[in-house]
Amino acid sequence: MNTRGLEITVGAFMAAGLVALFFLAMQVSNLASITGGEGYQVTARFDNIGGLKVRSPVSMAGVRIGRVVDISYDQSSFEAVVLLSIDPAYSQIPDDSIAKIYTSGLLGEQYIGLDPGGSLESLQQGSEVMMTQSALVLEEIIGQFLFSKAEENAISEEPIGE
Amino acid sequence: MLDALARFGRMGLEAFERLGRGHLLLLQILAGISSLLTRLGLLIAQIHSIGVRTTTIIVVSGLFVGMVLGLQGYYVLSQFAAEDSLGVMVAASLVRELGPVVTALLFAGRAGSALTAEIGLMKATEQLSGLEMMAVDPIRRILSPRFYAGFLSMPLLAALFSAVGIIGGYFVSVGLLGVDEGAFWSQMQAKIDWNEDVINGVIKSLVFGFVCSWIALFQGYDAIPTSAGVSQATTRTVVHSALAVLVLDFVLTALMFGE
Repeated sequence: MNTRGLEITVGAFMAAGLVALFFLAMQVSNLASITGGEGYQVTARFDNIGGLKVRSPVSMAGVRIGRVVDISYDQSSFEAVVLLSIDPAYSQIPDDSIAKIYTSGLLGEQYIGLDPGGSLESLQQGSEVMMTQSALVLEEIIGQFLFSKAEENAISEEPIGE
Repeated sequence: MLDALARFGRMGLEAFERLGRGHLLLLQILAGISSLLTRLGLLIAQIHSIGVRTTTIIVVSGLFVGMVLGLQGYYVLSQFAAEDSLGVMVAASLVRELGPVVTALLFAGRAGSALTAEIGLMKATEQLSGLEMMAVDPIRRILSPRFYAGFLSMPLLAALFSAVGIIGGYFVSVGLLGVDEGAFWSQMQAKIDWNEDVINGVIKSLVFGFVCSWIALFQGYDAIPTSAGVSQATTRTVVHSALAVLVLDFVLTALMFGE
């Protein structure tokens, strides 16, 4: 009886530990949202990917439909080549969709948003998203703003100088 | 002058000798798994006294650590209007760091010290030599089951600590501070990765369980067989375990999460 009681408490302890691990897996981490199989892979080329990282989300209308699985640099075209893995459940994405790099919130991480096009053909394994829009780089925008401001001033000052 | 140098040298030699004895003991303990597998009853009894009895302190402290994380995190995050990330903060700090580390520290204090005292006292009262006289190998019969029990219990305890801590953080942030429940869980699930975060935490706790059990058993087995010696060994177990856990945690974190 004593041994049996011992075994029961140890069994309960181990079960509690495993339940805790299961809780961490299903409720806390992303294990539940990883679907079986990797999904189909699509490439997209960007002039500048900003802070995009491997495992960044790919979303459409705000719904997450996949992830960035690889980022590489093409030396001949000086572009970043981003490999997207898209959940096979979303197989009806027009192949002239536009891939844009957005930032979630002001300080949030960057992600790829797909804006649907009008084509009847769908994206498939290995196809490429032809139209892309690069990440907004804050320094560039500020630089352009200052530049145009300076230009404006120069134009408005000219008549005074005459 | 030469005397001082000789003392210094003796200290160094003794330290190395102790290190050598520790490793030899570890090898013998590890080799004991062959006989342990034929007598699982010994292992179960030890899991009971090492793992099951540590559960209470782990669950209670996990709950409070999680609740404090919720409160403190809310204070900082609400200044940036980022309360929705509270779930991520609580879960990441528990799963990656606090779960394994605090569990290991509590484990060393609760179970490690008890192991050292038990084995040191067995040695002081010559029970270990008695076993040897009866041709029973004390390392296989006494030390091995305790080592494997500690090694197996640690990841379970750490998982329990993290899970209970996250639930505690949930109660405080959603129940008390009014963080949105959906944001709490969904942000957590989006940012916590099973391989990157949870599995690495489990690996950490396995390493800590290994080291803490080893230190506790060695200190007990190597204790000077007097009451003062046993008390010294118990103190050393807690101090050495805590230091080893904190240093190893830094090394493991640098290896796992440093890029």
